[in-house]
Amino acid sequence: MQALVVAAHGSHLNPDASDPTYAHADTVRETGAFDEVREAFWKEEPHFREVIRTLEADEVFVVPLFISEGYFTEQVIPRELRLEDWDPERWNSDGTDASQATLEATDVGKTIHYCGPVGTHDAMTDVIVQRAETAMADPDVGEGVGLAVVGHGTERNENSAKAIEYHTERIRQRDRFDEAEALFMDEEPEVDDVTDYFESEDIVVVPLFIADGYHTQEDIPEDMGLTEDYRLGWDVPAEVDGHRIWYTGAVGTEDLMADVLLERAADAGADIGDAREAVRELAASVAGTEPSAGAGAGD
Amino acid sequence: MTVATEDCERLADRASSGVAFDGLRVEETDGEFTLETPDNEWTGLDEDDLEDALAACEEYVTNWRYWQETVGGEGTARRAFLRWCEHAPIADADLGAAPSGPRNDLGEAADPNPLAVPERYDALRDGIDRRWGQLCITTRFVDVANPDGERVYDLWHVDDAESDLADLAVHDDPRDARELATYDADGRYRPLKTAPTLPGGWAFTGLSGDELVETVEFFYPATVANWHRELRGNLDVDHWLETAERQTGIYDVIDELPREAVDWMADACCVDSQCLRRREWQYEEGDDLDTDGGDGPFPCREPCSLVVAAARKWAILESEDEHTYELELTTSELNQLEELIDAVAEGRVDEIREADVNDGANRYRARYLRAKRFDEDGELEATRVDD
Repeated sequence: MQALVVAAHGSHLNPDASDPTYAHADTVRETGAFDEVREAFWKEEPHFREVIRTLEADEVFVVPLFISEGYFTEQVIPRELRLEDWDPERWNSDGTDASQATLEATDVGKTIHYCGPVGTHDAMTDVIVQRAETAMADPDVGEGVGLAVVGHGTERNENSAKAIEYHTERIRQRDRFDEAEALFMDEEPEVDDVTDYFESEDIVVVPLFIADGYHTQEDIPEDMGLTEDYRLGWDVPAEVDGHRIWYTGAVGTEDLMADVLLERAADAGADIGDAREAVRELAASVAGTEPSAGAGAGD
Repeated sequence: MTVATEDCERLADRASSGVAFDGLRVEETDGEFTLETPDNEWTGLDEDDLEDALAACEEYVTNWRYWQETVGGEGTARRAFLRWCEHAPIADADLGAAPSGPRNDLGEAADPNPLAVPERYDALRDGIDRRWGQLCITTRFVDVANPDGERVYDLWHVDDAESDLADLAVHDDPRDARELATYDADGRYRPLKTAPTLPGGWAFTGLSGDELVETVEFFYPATVANWHRELRGNLDVDHWLETAERQTGIYDVIDELPREAVDWMADACCVDSQCLRRREWQYEEGDDLDTDGGDGPFPCREPCSLVVAAARKWAILESEDEHTYELELTTSELNQLEELIDAVAEGRVDEIREADVNDGANRYRARYLRAKRFDEDGELEATRVDD
């Protein structure tokens, strides 16, 4: 038997914070690739601390639904899961390379394959591109369009920016969009000045966040000048300084995220059969038929 | 009264290594079968005789089939929980190791007198009800008229136990429980799943055993696993200091919370009126908190994330120095401050009637006090007198 645990932050205050976690876990459940699929949280229940004991499987794949390697993936989650012999060195990563480490959870005697976060997996690049497609309701989006990948950025954790820059560079190399730039909320270059960094008239903005909330639905739209007050909502596209800004919120809500969960687990040795194909087909059909307009203050 | 041929074949196949389950024993020695139930014994049977004899103890056979073939999972919390649901002996549990009487169903010990198969079969025709926190679980036969041993499970809020099913929103997908557990009856978010505020008005019907456990886990995460550990006497408890000292980042400060403040915190958060869990953790091993752990059905094995988050706030607040202030209040106004704090702490504010000006926490009384005693900055007129 094998189980998948999707480890996410969650919130004591905002019930929507866990929505993407549940949605992507459900998608994986429906593939039948794992005997058990469980959500686990830092701020909700089941807590990281107790989740492994709720599983019957002896082989457990834990995938953090986080954007960057850092405090949560290197300290909090392994500590709370009681992973014996954990050391960040086990990942041998310089900030975006974490793949997996196999460890024992001391309270339950199970084998845990502790994976790197979804945000730094190569498959995340595809999710960002798909987000641009759904935001512009155009599966062929690219020509004549600039793509801005937006991250939080923080001086406390250099890895926070690395994930954003890593995917931006990968997208740039694909030569699909006319321009690709990494922008941040708390460091230079700042998302406030988004139009300064693009010549393209159309700019699609994809925030590399897991869930929609304060930053993606309040801060960023106001900072970019899409709206004066997030409560009034905004148009997609919105006119700013002679550019059209296409913005729909956190990339973590994109259906293709379930594929990244599966890839992380497969990289760590999980037998997932043809689950990835099923998820990719599902995500593509959703993207093709139901572009999420998403104007306004979240859903 | 028939026993399925495939059940007979399965039992015959397994008889060579011996079958012993819930009172049913089947053994094979040199091609001869022995069959035994608490009431009867058959010896020297050939395979045809065995089939006839099994037909005479059909309930034991279908019961064996349900638990060993359908449920499976020997030794798992899932299986133990489903056994508990129908008052079956939880044979897998190492009950002798339990240090103190395991409690559940609001303090009731885990079946001191479990039901034998015939009694259970009688009861399953009507349905066996058990309570798990604010959930009521009914175990019953799929086919009551001609029971073949297969059980299904219904689940609803204890407050709806007498309700007509037609008046409830009926669900059959365990994942629906996530949404039902997210908000209280007033539509407010419930970050603590074991808060005694689960709203009613819904029912799950005809769940399989696996689906029941999954549904219960969405309502009350990890409660089945920890109940099972408690039952077996190996519940691992992390006391306050262990949990506090483990924290890093912004929660690093919580181990500085004074000893007496941990008692106040437990009194604020970890009592029956606020949480269905029974606090098993103390300040540290050998140093119990004054506040009673409560009578909740689920063992609480370590401070939860809400308590950790609140502890951070209190650790910061408790680092402040105390001062002496002087302020003008009538005796009734002082009493009113007490009533206001008490009303908020007990969640009583919404119950106070608009015109009940005898209640110190009445909104107009509070507004009057504010108008009279607050200055133009909206602050209580008080003077610090200790410097």
